[in-house]
Amino acid sequence: MSADDILDSRRSFLRKSLTLIPVVTVAGSGIGLGAAVVADPAPAQAKARDEAAPAGSGTAYQPVFFTAEEWAFVNAAVARLIPADATGPGALEAGVPEYIDRQLTTPYATGATWYMQGPFVADAAPEFGYQLRLVPRDIYRLGIAAADDWCGRQYGKRFAELDAATQDQALGLLEAGKATFDAVPAKVFFSYLLTNTKEGFFCDPIHGGNKGLVGWKLVNFPGARADFMDWVERGERYPIPPVSIRGERA
Amino acid sequence: MANAMKKADVVIVGFGWTGAIMAKELTEAGLQVVALERGPMRDTYPDGSYPQVIDELTYSIRKKLFQDLSRETVTIRHGLDDVALPNRQLGAFLPGDGVGGAGLHWSGVHFRVDPVELRLRSHYEERYGKGFIPDGMTIQDFGVSYEELEPYFDFAEKVFGTSGQAWTVKGETVGQGSGGNPFAPDRSDHFPLPSQKNTYSAQLFQQAAAAVGYHPYNLPSANTSGPYTNPYGVQMGPCNFCGFCSGYVCYMYSKASPNLNILPALRQAPNFELRPNSHVLRVNLDSSGSRATGVTYVDAQGREVEQPADIVILGAFQFHNVRLMLLSGIGKPYDPKTGDGVVGRNFAYQNMATIKAYFDQDVHTNPFIGAGGNGVAVDDFNADNFDHGPHGFVGGSPFWVNQAGTRPIGGISNPPGTPAWGSAWKRATAENYTHHLSMDAHGAHQSYRDNYLDLDPTYKDAYGQPLLRMTFDWKDNDIRMNQFMVGKVRRIAEAMNPKALAILGKQPGDRFNTQSYQTTHLNGGAIMGSDPKTSAVNRYLQSWDVHNVFVPGASAFPQGLGYNPTGLVAALTYWAARAIREQYLKNPGPLVQA
Repeated sequence: MSADDILDSRRSFLRKSLTLIPVVTVAGSGIGLGAAVVADPAPAQAKARDEAAPAGSGTAYQPVFFTAEEWAFVNAAVARLIPADATGPGALEAGVPEYIDRQLTTPYATGATWYMQGPFVADAAPEFGYQLRLVPRDIYRLGIAAADDWCGRQYGKRFAELDAATQDQALGLLEAGKATFDAVPAKVFFSYLLTNTKEGFFCDPIHGGNKGLVGWKLVNFPGARADFMDWVERGERYPIPPVSIRGERA
Repeated sequence: MANAMKKADVVIVGFGWTGAIMAKELTEAGLQVVALERGPMRDTYPDGSYPQVIDELTYSIRKKLFQDLSRETVTIRHGLDDVALPNRQLGAFLPGDGVGGAGLHWSGVHFRVDPVELRLRSHYEERYGKGFIPDGMTIQDFGVSYEELEPYFDFAEKVFGTSGQAWTVKGETVGQGSGGNPFAPDRSDHFPLPSQKNTYSAQLFQQAAAAVGYHPYNLPSANTSGPYTNPYGVQMGPCNFCGFCSGYVCYMYSKASPNLNILPALRQAPNFELRPNSHVLRVNLDSSGSRATGVTYVDAQGREVEQPADIVILGAFQFHNVRLMLLSGIGKPYDPKTGDGVVGRNFAYQNMATIKAYFDQDVHTNPFIGAGGNGVAVDDFNADNFDHGPHGFVGGSPFWVNQAGTRPIGGISNPPGTPAWGSAWKRATAENYTHHLSMDAHGAHQSYRDNYLDLDPTYKDAYGQPLLRMTFDWKDNDIRMNQFMVGKVRRIAEAMNPKALAILGKQPGDRFNTQSYQTTHLNGGAIMGSDPKTSAVNRYLQSWDVHNVFVPGASAFPQGLGYNPTGLVAALTYWAARAIREQYLKNPGPLVQA
């Protein structure tokens, strides 16, 4: 990674931080007007949008980190990792692509809190954890290109152009390490993609994912309620729906 | 050339629990105290403000309150002949960073110690014979007794505002049928607050443990069961089981922390100064090497600053204390081949096993409800509460449901065999999250000749100093104890009649794995004891070699406890502070003659 990349990352991080400040301030005031500034104005409309949205074109969000080709890949992949189905909306409807793109403009994207001095021993035993010199931005940039190349050789199309069953098969081969990439281990790429997808599905919407609190509704997690004094001892379903940091309710 | 600050009576390295306790005790004694904390200032406001702190991604997942490994980490290898690799991402353990240290983001399980574990080697030799302790196991006695420490356990609980139920107070049984632990040693007083309420998961554990013949008790918790004012005049509010406890700053002023329970009182003392963003590089010694003259640190602007002092307290996290001693030349480094030397010796951890139970849709465990110190435990297999003779291993384990609050990014758990993604994963996730619970065997871990700490020959920190190297692996005793404990916890789990179980225990051949969280209970490396040939500090946590350096913390434990370490860390720190106040100040020099 070049110094320019890092500077660019910092600039875009600052830009994102600045756009977030009013939102945090509103939430901090406790007035709960935060919902007015988020993308989904009302749960009912959001639901209709979710149901209407075809895969790959789910939001008006414009990616900052991903190229158009990468964006298509991420939209297609997360829709298979957590699909919309009979249990409710999936990762695409939750805004996971936006979440991942935004994460890739934070310090996480450059491994800012990881120890990244060499020498690197990439073939270390798994017990020693992450030993690559790649940071998340590299893993996505190299991994998506490698996955699309691999799909091209395997299936004659980019990943996003495959049908759902073939996409599932391809993701399964990545997960199992049966697809071999040169630039980044396929299993590492897959594990970051899956981990970040789940983060985006279940995080507070302040980070760009879990729109409409769909992840929390799926599992009956109450979000930022954070006061269970009267429910501690009760072995009953918790009845109060979730709320977010910005005061959005589902 | 370092800038020199005005000399202080005491300089404290690190402002977690041990630094805060020492600062309070030594300012009370009238000393001028400077505390250096390498991380930023942190406090309930703004770091624990609701609702911003109710953010799993920022705290649990991106690990906002934990050590920044880009500046310094440890390297890890399994054996003496291996090349160690750096711990590049946080995983197995999560040391703190900033004012309050790990004491700001801990859970709050606040135990004392089983008295047997303070004299572990003597006890095993007496009951089972010398041959029972395997070759290469280097467990030893702490050199201090439970009776000596009891007043300090009592005071620490009062400072922390700990909730719990005594079994006996001054010999009188008070805890039968009300959540007391029949295996607990006698106490001079009740807990300052009654036990917290029990979550439904803890109630299930309590019923199942009693059904299989064990003796369930309420975990002693440094999360308040009601409003409280501690001996320093600091007020706490009642814990509301918000479920954002371990890894978070408590927004309710309910979880004890150095920031909440001690710092407000210290701020009133004109003879106390706290300097955050001050990273200590080394302790400076005089030309004889037997007396410390102060410390050198790097400030927020990157300038080297010298802080002279008459007394140096190493109050950093366990392995940072050990590293500072090695970097400063305090005490002889340990050599695992010869067994000579003391600094780095007896590095030990925690021997955990976890069982998760999954229930049908009519059992609502609501795992998002929780408090870090809360739960129900049994001690039937802790310490030496059962006959180890037929089993042939050293060590014990409490078992518990300790529902600290489980959130969906990190806490989704499905029965074994569930796919990791796709519709099958999603359906299982919807069916299991609020219908599962987790229980642990929080096993003691023993020390061994070749599990130790030294300086890495290759990798450096952001300041160019060598990283600390851990040489560590599980031994046969650890695996066998773990498997025994899993068998016992499994009886409790099965008595809950779950639809499925997931068992996360150790198998023969398992190596130490840095990737998944175990505990942050790392022990040893600067151990206390009665013999300078086998310990780095004496029973008052005073360096044998440099008498004006004291080293409180779990770095002083000769092996790992069955219980969580913070209660013993706090009591030992008060005990050492008392020795400084009452003995050392009158006559500075070794408090124990070697």
